[in-house]
Amino acid sequence: MSDIVEKTLTALPGLFLQNQSVSGPAAAKASFSSRLGGLVRGITALTSKHEEEKLIQQELNNLKATVSAPTTTLKMMKECMVRLIYCEMLGYDASFGYIHAIKLAQQGNLLEKRVGYLAVSLFLHESHELLLLLVNTVVKDLQSTNLVEVCMALTIVSQIFPREMIPAVLPLIEDKLQHSKEIIRRKAVLALYKFYLIAPNQVQHIHIKFRKALCDRDVGVMAASLHIYLRMIKENSSAYKDLTGSFVTILKQVVGGKLPVDFNYHSVPAPWLQIQLLRILGLLGKDDQRTSELMYDVLDESLRRAELNHNVTYAILFECVHTVYSVYPKSELLEKAAKCIGRFVLSPKINLKYLGLKALTYVIQQDPTLALQHQMTIIECLDHPDPIIKREVLGEYSYLLDKETPEEVITKLYKLLRSDSISSETKAWIIAAVTKLTPQAHSSNIVERLIQEFTTSLDTCLRQHAFELKHLHENVKFMKGLLPVDKSCEDMVVDASLSFLDGFVAEELSQGAAPYKPHHQRQEEKLSQGKVLSFEPYGLSFSSSGFSGRQSPAGISLGSDISGNSTETGLKETNSLKLEGIKKLWGKEGYLPKKESKTGDETEALPVPQENIIMENVDQIITKNDQSQALTQSKEEKEKQLLASSLFVGLGSESTISLLGKADTLSHKFRRKSKVKETKSGQTTTAENVTRSSFSSSSNVTYEEDYYLDNFQDRGDKEIKKFSLNSELLDSESLTELPLIEKISNCRLSTPSLFAVNNMEVFHPPQSTAASVANEISLASSLLEETTEHMHSDLMEVCHNETISVSSYKIWKDECLLMVWSVFNKSASELKSANLEIAPAENFKITEQPGCCLPVIEAESTRNFQYSVQMEKPFTEGNLSGFINYQVMDTHSVQLEFSVNLSLLDFIRPLKISTEDFGKLWLSFANDVKQNVKMSESQAALPSTLKALQQELRLHVVDIIGNEGLLACQLLPSIPCLLHFRVHGDMLALWFRSSCSTLPDYLLYQCQKIIFHYRLLQDIEYNSLWYTSIKGIL
Amino acid sequence: MMRFMLLFSRQGKLRLQKWYLATSDKERKKMVRELMQVVLARKPKMCSFLEWRDLKVVYKRYASLYFCCAIEGQDNELITLELIHRYVELLDKYFGSVCELDIIFNFEKAYFILDEFLMGGDVQDTSKKSVLKAIEQADLLQEVRAGPVRKRRKRTKAKGALPTLDTLPAGPSCPFPTSLWRLAPKAPGWPAGPQALTARGGR
Repeated sequence: MSDIVEKTLTALPGLFLQNQSVSGPAAAKASFSSRLGGLVRGITALTSKHEEEKLIQQELNNLKATVSAPTTTLKMMKECMVRLIYCEMLGYDASFGYIHAIKLAQQGNLLEKRVGYLAVSLFLHESHELLLLLVNTVVKDLQSTNLVEVCMALTIVSQIFPREMIPAVLPLIEDKLQHSKEIIRRKAVLALYKFYLIAPNQVQHIHIKFRKALCDRDVGVMAASLHIYLRMIKENSSAYKDLTGSFVTILKQVVGGKLPVDFNYHSVPAPWLQIQLLRILGLLGKDDQRTSELMYDVLDESLRRAELNHNVTYAILFECVHTVYSVYPKSELLEKAAKCIGRFVLSPKINLKYLGLKALTYVIQQDPTLALQHQMTIIECLDHPDPIIKREVLGEYSYLLDKETPEEVITKLYKLLRSDSISSETKAWIIAAVTKLTPQAHSSNIVERLIQEFTTSLDTCLRQHAFELKHLHENVKFMKGLLPVDKSCEDMVVDASLSFLDGFVAEELSQGAAPYKPHHQRQEEKLSQGKVLSFEPYGLSFSSSGFSGRQSPAGISLGSDISGNSTETGLKETNSLKLEGIKKLWGKEGYLPKKESKTGDETEALPVPQENIIMENVDQIITKNDQSQALTQSKEEKEKQLLASSLFVGLGSESTISLLGKADTLSHKFRRKSKVKETKSGQTTTAENVTRSSFSSSSNVTYEEDYYLDNFQDRGDKEIKKFSLNSELLDSESLTELPLIEKISNCRLSTPSLFAVNNMEVFHPPQSTAASVANEISLASSLLEETTEHMHSDLMEVCHNETISVSSYKIWKDECLLMVWSVFNKSASELKSANLEIAPAENFKITEQPGCCLPVIEAESTRNFQYSVQMEKPFTEGNLSGFINYQVMDTHSVQLEFSVNLSLLDFIRPLKISTEDFGKLWLSFANDVKQNVKMSESQAALPSTLKALQQELRLHVVDIIGNEGLLACQLLPSIPCLLHFRVHGDMLALWFRSSCSTLPDYLLYQCQKIIFHYRLLQDIEYNSLWYTSIKGIL
Repeated sequence: MMRFMLLFSRQGKLRLQKWYLATSDKERKKMVRELMQVVLARKPKMCSFLEWRDLKVVYKRYASLYFCCAIEGQDNELITLELIHRYVELLDKYFGSVCELDIIFNFEKAYFILDEFLMGGDVQDTSKKSVLKAIEQADLLQEVRAGPVRKRRKRTKAKGALPTLDTLPAGPSCPFPTSLWRLAPKAPGWPAGPQALTARGGR
């Protein structure tokens, strides 16, 4: 391949010579060709941008010398100008030649003048001061007897002319309207049109002349005048109503084929003219019945004539439909227009389909039934590979709502969902659409039915969407906030640069906080400090995994830095979880070298007994940083998704809409902003490095955290806590399992936020609000000792009356489930012979723990009754019911009944085994279930997902190897189940094996739930940020 | 009204740019870069229209060259597509089976033709004949002064085995009929195959 280029290049000069000798052009022509050719050839031969820069710079220097030399002829100047234009086109500055371009236009012969004018029009902009020097030349040329010169002058005037100098040429151009040559008249009209655009009041007095131009015997002049009329009618249509008849007549003639054949374009008469006229008629007939009536005939004719199956007829048809819908409606025409739209929508040509869908969006406002006719096509379009088409389609439904009740639309969508003819991906989109519509619907039977049906769907994706809907549906208020009715997302501006934080950042900086650095920069710094070590085994992969390579150069470079193999990373877009490389650096003993580097820093001064506590903290801090970074990025990512799909929440990673311009702009903005921050941070970089390497990253952390905090406000705060807790868990786990559990229980008590983990657990029925706060506190204080040792659920009131309140909670002990019922005596008197009994249940073996029958419960105190529950037969949902009876004041006996739900999950315990054992066990199990689950991008990090599962489902993380994770658990008393996770891209492949056949299915279901919750959590978080930033703008 | 027109190669090299609305140099460069990225990333089966910033972008690829127009909200995309096609037809007629090299080495001619076709961002003259007549007139005047009239290479229907635009059903739906347009770049960085040039040189 390269020698072909070589040969071509060497052959080039010869070819030019040959060309020259054959065609025998003037010498000037030849020298021009070869010199520009030489330049082009030279540039092509280069391999790097740097070389190109050098060459062009050299070329520009030569040109500079040539153009300013007194010996340079105009012929040479012309040739130089062409090369200058070329250099400018390549993006280099050739401003020294501007003045010479004007000179050339002034002094040159026709040949040179034309190039001079071209150079001026390409180099200068409207307000360039040099442009004033051109005015005299233009005036002179306008007065010339040479037609070509006049044409050139008119061309440059319509191209670029200083506004304040218009009076100097205006009379000359006005005269040209009476010129004998139609080409001059036409150009004069267009020049005046240009003046009208930049200075409308300057040409007001010649309106009468425009009318003359409209009636010109030459079609070209008439067509040119339509530009002005379109503009003027757009501004004030009422002043030109009298012209309607003329326009209609002209259009009739055009459509009837009365124009010279010259104006035909692929045997369609003057399509540009037709479209221009249709647009004008549309403006004139708007909201005006009488004017509209004048044009019905010609519109009908246009619709009829445009039958040829050629793009240009479609162009006319499209404009015609537009006009029909903008003028005063006539049902007959509307019907025809609707049919035409049908042709567009049903066309296999993607361009026509796109326009058809666009047309539908505005047509629906007048006629919703039309959209319903095309419903199937619309739905099919959802499967279209071009995301732009998809977006257009999704827009339909919001418009559809104008006329239909949400219920009807949902019903229709539901019917579609149940048909087998559409792909599951489309179904997922439809569910998403339903999700969007749900908050506006009043009755929700169908939605409920839909949820019921699809939460058990075999398709994971559908199931996820259904769960999303389900949970949003359960919290209607929240849902309405999330998916506002009127505010179409399209119109909202997202402050991607987070500029409303600038003040805060400045403040923090002045208080000595370390400046924010983009993730990749921190990464580079860390890597450059190789000896000091970068200390995050898993955090890295978390943040780099979230997005595809094209959108995030940072992510890619990060990945390649770590793996040390850039070619490989180039291939994989989602370069996630390259843990191998890191692991080598970061074994469990990997922390040891820090001891040396720590000397002389503050932390050493602290009386810290255990080295690894600090390590842990540092680790946690860094992970936190990365988390926040990752969240910021995922947020950006989400922004794109949201803006692009503009209608849906929780689409997840399906929407590959990176191509949409808007989104790109946003991301650019975002990146640019971070760059600015980077430069700002430049001065303090060293300081930060020191902090970092010395592990006393307190200020750094504060900054990071605050920065992040401010983003996410309070919710973000809680998120941080949770995430940092997770990361803490990850570290602590390797040391001991015990603190882990402790921390989890701490977490449960300390973060009762709306989005905290405990509320997201599906197997916990919602807390009763009836229980008084005091009651809860007292109950909480009376938690059994075991609760500190074992994981437990929250207190939940199961029944109460005026005297007592019974709450229960579960303690997930290693060998069984311990149910605790706390009975709180609210009254001021004692309760006697209190007795709590649990009815025998089918699947459980219930054992009463000692101390369950209490003779007396003192006033305002709490007593606990404990039962250990063991499972006898696997089940999915179970129920424990029982009653409590007691006597008040020796008189009557009171009995209260209650029941508690149990799930299989209550009997799942971590199975602590080694990787080797895992391997052995894995092979011995016969029942296996596989499933792929889609994750949102930022969720793609395996460790965090596994942590979540560990926490929620009480699984044991056996090992994480690269992008694979091993987990193990057992169903009490001793049915083991092994889980294998593998991440590729944004897909998580789940693989379960167990000796029991039902267990894998059940666990799969639970895992999916958890993963969905994570997704939801991120969506919520994203949305909250989104609203915050909007508030910031307002 | 058209805001601007860009011609660029598949390698992302700008070949021609025409701006009809005053835009600063910096902004131009940024827009060109951005738009090129967006357009080049699109797959062949995707539709030719984009909504980009506040503009509508209409693009069409001919062999290795992308023609890309930015129009305003009210403008008709389909007719813009035809406008591009008409411009290509004009180039083809003028150069006689045009290829990217013609536009690189004679870009000023390409500009002249464009100026004769569009003026201030609106169609000035839709008749192929009259546009070319105007150009020819200007050329002729120049060359009368400069020396003997140069005969432009021309592949007439009778002589050339190659079909031209006039003989084939035109419209973006059909592949560009001239063979030179079909030549894909043979080497990176070089706009068209060397054969194009040799074929040209022989005449």
